[in-house]
Parts: sequence; structure tokens; C-alpha cells
Amino acid sequence: MPVIEVAGKQVNVNEEGFLTKYDEWNEEIAKVLAKQIDIELTDAHWKIIKFLREDFKTEGETATSRRVQTVGGVPVKDQFALFPKKPAKKMAYIAGLPKPKGCV
Amino acid sequence: MKKLLVLGGGTAGTMVVNKLHKKLDAKEWSITVVDKDNDHIYQPGLLLLPFGVYHPEELVKKRDHFLPSGVEYIRADIDRVNPELNQVLLMDGRVIAYDQLVIASGTTPRPDQTPGMDDPAVWRKSIFDFYTLPGSLALRDALKNFKGGRIVVHITEMPIKCPVAPLEFTFLADAYFTERKMREKVEFVYVTPLEGAFTKPVCSKHLGWMLDERHIKLEPDFVVEHIDPETRTLVSMDEREIPFDLLVTVPVNMGADFIARSGLGDDLNYVPVDKGNFLSKKYPNIFALGDASDIPASKAGSVAHFAIDLFAENFVEYVHGRPMTHNFDGHANCFIESGNGKGLLIDFNYTVEPLTGMFPLPIVGPFPLLKESRFNHMGKLAFRWIYWNLLLKGRWIPIPALMSMKGKKKVEEKEGVVANASH
Repeated sequence: MPVIEVAGKQVNVNEEGFLTKYDEWNEEIAKVLAKQIDIELTDAHWKIIKFLREDFKTEGETATSRRVQTVGGVPVKDQFALFPKKPAKKMAYIAGLPKPKGCV
Repeated sequence: MKKLLVLGGGTAGTMVVNKLHKKLDAKEWSITVVDKDNDHIYQPGLLLLPFGVYHPEELVKKRDHFLPSGVEYIRADIDRVNPELNQVLLMDGRVIAYDQLVIASGTTPRPDQTPGMDDPAVWRKSIFDFYTLPGSLALRDALKNFKGGRIVVHITEMPIKCPVAPLEFTFLADAYFTERKMREKVEFVYVTPLEGAFTKPVCSKHLGWMLDERHIKLEPDFVVEHIDPETRTLVSMDEREIPFDLLVTVPVNMGADFIARSGLGDDLNYVPVDKGNFLSKKYPNIFALGDASDIPASKAGSVAHFAIDLFAENFVEYVHGRPMTHNFDGHANCFIESGNGKGLLIDFNYTVEPLTGMFPLPIVGPFPLLKESRFNHMGKLAFRWIYWNLLLKGRWIPIPALMSMKGKKKVEEKEGVVANASH
């Protein structure tokens, strides 16, 4: 897997550019990753990112959109407004977590 | 005398009872199974039923026919589990005490969870599910009478039972209308909340062409907000609209409601368990098996089968006070119908994605992985016999519970390829 430099730090990423090591993430990296996909982080974005980081620590899985709504308190519709078109994938990308799983 | 209580007499519940009945001392343990009805449905058949492959009576047998003698079978609806008192309350007022509880109550499509989906004006008239026997039968008739127009195949939300089934349905429907010489009158749209029909790198590389070749349009990243029954339109959270003449949808899948009433479930009523041994994260004498648990594996019979092979060994160790020594890897193995008498086979686990190669033996197979072949279609058809006669009864099947890399081609690591989430 490749190692790249983001915000002055060497980080491990997968072939899609998702961080693969939980502890290599920091808020500066999040800002750079967000900018790469044309998102300017506001408090509303940070609320979700912080929820995802905390939730991953206890659950070991990236929270689904449903979980961000029911446990994190941000309706799915708002997730789409904040992270247009692909909220689940974009939220995971910025939060340095694995993207949501499909099957094949 | 100790009691093992199993909630659910489906694929997982039946397999676990047959395994443990042989392993537990009958003088020490009694086994009871609870289910609401006595109809055991061969669920993989529901996918093929709409295309006239099976008759409904080939897909249903009595649950108690597959339970060993000496196992008590109670036909009742479950009100709730009271885990503090080690009791299960039934809707008819009966109370069953247990020493060990296995929750195997599966997952169920819930059209009521999406506004407009179960509207009587459209439900099973122009909107169909195929994961239930009535839904699959209604869809069979709708396909037979379809004169042309837009068919939308739609996944509401992950996880769903048998996650490749909607793709298989699309391939089979394409072949079905081609055979009826009216394919040009039918437009297919495949709508998914995921980023594509295939999301794992090796699958999308080897199978990505399958939709294009069949002229099936893909609408990814589509999270439905509601369905408008009057205009027959799917409307997404970001206000995209997809009109349909016939909608084949996979509704939200949820675990049983009694799990929520018992305070044992997550936000989709799945029981949080250790993904290696299926023990509840909250109670030391509750396990959840098959689709009822929250393990990050496919909700499918093959996963339940491999899981239960290991669980049965673990359970005997556990009730004798020894550590559980078998750790499940998330192994799944599925035949995928691709239409025209062909199929694909995939074999994967929690961490290893489906790869190409031959299965179960290197080079000779006979089943090629991730590649269309008549062998794989025959494998799927043969599986119904295996299911009724070997699998449910806990008899030996020559596929190991843990995934093997034999015969598979590993993916070479790529260097320096970085995409980003906007693609």
C-alpha cells in the first residue's frame, strides 16, 4: 500500500487514498483531505467527523449514514447537504476511516 | 438438566440444533426451538421463482421435519427476551427459562420503513420485493404480463440479505426478456446506495463490464427518501428522481422486533456480538447466529453454515468452562446467476476480497471464481438438494469453514496509485 505526504506528515493510504491507520489521522490532515474534494469544513462538518472518529474507536467499524443519523444526531438529508453526492464515502475519507462496505 | 433455547428455526437455527444435538449430552441438555410458523423456505429459490425456474411448493418444507427427535419445537410469536432473568416471554403469555440462548431470528425486508413504498396503490402492483414468497410470486406474474417500459432494480440500504441477489435478478431479467424477444422494449436501471454495482477492486475490474454489455444503466450513491406512488417515482435525499413502470426493490432489512423490545439490538435490530465467536457483547449466555447478528459479513446462508461449524465446537468448550478456540474469519461462498444458464462463484472473508482462480481445487476446480461458467449455474441448481438433504441436517459438506487461498490468484500490490473520494 502507498505512503503519501499529507499536511507535512507521512501517512499510509489504500489505492483509493483512504487512510489505513487510525492513529495517523489528525485535524490538519482532515482539512487537506476535505479541500481535495472541494469541501470547506464548518462546525457542522466537524460534528460528524468527530462523531465518526469516536464511534470507530468503540465499534471498530465506520458508522453508517443511518448510525450518523440515529446516534450522531445528523439527519441523512443534512449529510447529503454537507457532503454532496457521496456523504458516506466522503465522511469516511475526511475522517481517515475505511469506506462503507459493499459485498462484491 | 440445562436448557438451550434457540429463537428461530430457519437456516441458522436448524443447522445449529442439528449440530449441537449430536454434541451435547442428552442427559444434561434439553433443546427447544421457537418459531412463529412451520414453513421453512428455501430462500435462494425466491430469486429464481419469478422466472419460472421453480414452483412454489418446491421451496417450502415443514420446519419440524428438519429438527432431530428429542428437540422440542414451540410454534409461537416472541414477545421479548428478559436477559436479566434468563427468560423468554411468548406473545401467548408462556414463559420459557433458559441456561443458554441462541438468537437466530434472521433479517426481514421492511417496506414500511420507506415512505410510499408499501402504499396499497402500488405495493405488489407496480412495486415488488422478491425476498418473500408472496412478493416473489406476485413479481412472477408481473413479469409475465409486462408489456415494456422501465424496470428499476433498487437497493434501499445496506446491509441486505444475500447482497448479490439484486444484481443476479437484473441479469436474469435481462436474459428473460431477451428470450421472450422483447428486450428492446425494456429499459433497465440499477439503483444502489453504494458507489457502484461492484465495490471491491478485483470484482469491479473483472465484472464491471457486465452491466454495460447488457445495456443496464447504473444510478449509484442513491439514498431513497421517499417513493411517490402517484407518479411512480423514486426520490433521493439529494432530490434526484427516477421514474419507473415496474420497481423491484430490496426494502430496508431489519432484525426481529422482539430484539428491539428486549434492548438487545443495534439501530437495525441486529444483536452486537464478537465477530469471531458470536457471543453477545452484553450477556455471557446469549449468542446470535446467522443474519440476526451484527457481524460485518454478508447476510447469507453460506456465512451461517461456516459460522455454525465453528460455533458448535466453541459452544461445547464454552459450556464446559473452557476458552473458545475457534475464531470465525467471515468466510462466504456464493454462486451468482448471470443469466443464460451461466453463473459466477465468489469466495471471500472479512479481510480477503473475492479473487479469481479455481474452486475448491487449484487448476481443476471445477468451479471458476469470478468468471461466467455453466458449471457455476449447475452448482447453484444442485445446491437446493444439498441444502435440504445435507446442510440443514448438519451433515458434512466438502468446503472448509475457514476460507482457503488454494487455487486463488493474489492481487499484486500497486504502488503510488492514489485516487480520491470525489471520483
